[in-house]
Amino acid sequence: MATAPANEITRNGLWTNNPALVQLLGLCPLLAVTGTVVNALGLGLATLLVLLGSNISVSLIRHYVAESVRLPAFVMIIASFVTCTELLMQAFAYELYQILGIFIPLIVTNCAILGRADAFASKNPVAPAALDGLMMGLGFMAVLVLLGGMRELIGQGTLFTNMHLLFGEMARGWEWVVFPDYNDMLLAVLPPGAFIGLGLLIALKNLIDARIEKHRAATSPATEAGSKRVRVTGNIS
Amino acid sequence: MTSPHTHASPSTSRVMQWVVAATLPGLVALISFFGWGYLINVLWCVLVAVVTEAAILRLRKRPVGFFLRDWSAVVTALLLGLALPPFAPWWVSLIAVVSAIVVAKHLYGGLGSNTFNPAMVGYAVVLISFPVAMTTNWATPLELLDSPPGFIATLGHIFGFAGTVPDAFTGATPLDIYKNEIRAELATTLREQPVFGDFVALGWEWVNLAFLGGGLFLIWKRIITWHIPLSFLASLALMSLLFGHDPDQAVPVQMHLLAGATMLCAFFIATDPVSAATSNRGKLWYGAGIGVLLYIIRAWGAYPDAVAFAVLLMNFTVPFIDYYTQPRTYGHSKPKRGLPS
Repeated sequence: MATAPANEITRNGLWTNNPALVQLLGLCPLLAVTGTVVNALGLGLATLLVLLGSNISVSLIRHYVAESVRLPAFVMIIASFVTCTELLMQAFAYELYQILGIFIPLIVTNCAILGRADAFASKNPVAPAALDGLMMGLGFMAVLVLLGGMRELIGQGTLFTNMHLLFGEMARGWEWVVFPDYNDMLLAVLPPGAFIGLGLLIALKNLIDARIEKHRAATSPATEAGSKRVRVTGNIS
Repeated sequence: MTSPHTHASPSTSRVMQWVVAATLPGLVALISFFGWGYLINVLWCVLVAVVTEAAILRLRKRPVGFFLRDWSAVVTALLLGLALPPFAPWWVSLIAVVSAIVVAKHLYGGLGSNTFNPAMVGYAVVLISFPVAMTTNWATPLELLDSPPGFIATLGHIFGFAGTVPDAFTGATPLDIYKNEIRAELATTLREQPVFGDFVALGWEWVNLAFLGGGLFLIWKRIITWHIPLSFLASLALMSLLFGHDPDQAVPVQMHLLAGATMLCAFFIATDPVSAATSNRGKLWYGAGIGVLLYIIRAWGAYPDAVAFAVLLMNFTVPFIDYYTQPRTYGHSKPKRGLPS
């Protein structure tokens, strides 16, 4: 299998094949911990680290693991990296680790990670696999942080509260009270808000894609006459 | 109705206008017992709904005038205005109406394609989001007040100018009070509270009877059928008699039927033609399901009234009900349903 060029891997991870918006993988943590920016960023970083490590390792051992046992092997690798991340978080961001709770160990079951290991890393050399892991992780993290920002803003009217959990004492002053005297909107904080928010983000992505496609069709030369087929179905506007 | 008997069926806008007309007795009763808050809420909700509907129709590139004239947005807003607490701040109603029109109706494809009852989605959104504002802003019956709040004072409270009305004007609903305080008291002592009046619950009984009257009018006009209201009220009463027959321990049956939003739900909310079941047999199941769920949430749930959740939960089951209750076409054998045995 020919390796895809670097810019295509990048675009795939961040946009075209984004794990959260297009593949819809790893939704459990995505929906559960995106109540605030700091929670989302914490989980996003942890997932990014695991994804990067597992993609590199899977790519390294891809010639030595039999096809029939590859999935258990991948899961073992992912589990080891999750344990490392968990220990790192306990050492450097213990409070955040406690807030994220079960969702850190649950990264093992994040289908996005196993999916990338099986679909990409096990078939590609180390460098593209690492890039893929990095870009997929960044794409996932971007959606997490965006959703966390939306929910924090609508839910409690602030942005970047408690950033010191991740960045130390100097980040304590980063909290930005966007709407003072805000009436908390619990719906955004509760799980339904995550579903609605993610739905809106997916719709936004599709809208941007449609706009780009329309722009491309408008600027590219029209198809020659005779090569078109009449479409009889479609929307009446 | 088949070919020899067909006549021009009423248009959507005509149906909606009859529904609006049928709610008027209930609205008048609400205003006369609980003050101007309901009128202000209804007018504000209608205004927001029409503006939102026009904006979203424009965004969706649909003919604005044509769809605005079907009056469906007005009905949604009217139901929300009747259901929301009369002293709820303006932004609560605003969020409810916008969620109803934008999220529940137009994101699902507009009138006729909405899986869920738009008004109840709006209500559920604000009930979950602002539990305090949604439980403490119910009006005390005017009879119990020395100087009832005037129109301007109510307007000022809702829109946040001229301060707020005194605490005595607002409070919890009789259903809420009964449910929470019956644990500590006997029914006779509890009923001495003036908010329960002489009959069921001061004001609420007449409001519910007014909605019942409006609903019977709709059945008489053939705008709705009797199936959903009857099965809903019957199952609610049955559940209440089975599990709450002792008024010293649970909310009694007459309060389930005549306090809270029961009659509004039975004739105006549950009968929404888009989100309810379609066949007559299906409607019976649908109404009965709402009654059972309403009782379960009222009696054993955290909320004193639960019309929105009961209706929304049964909206989920409508495709299922419709699948199993499709009437047999004349001349065809009964279709096989369910998993092959």
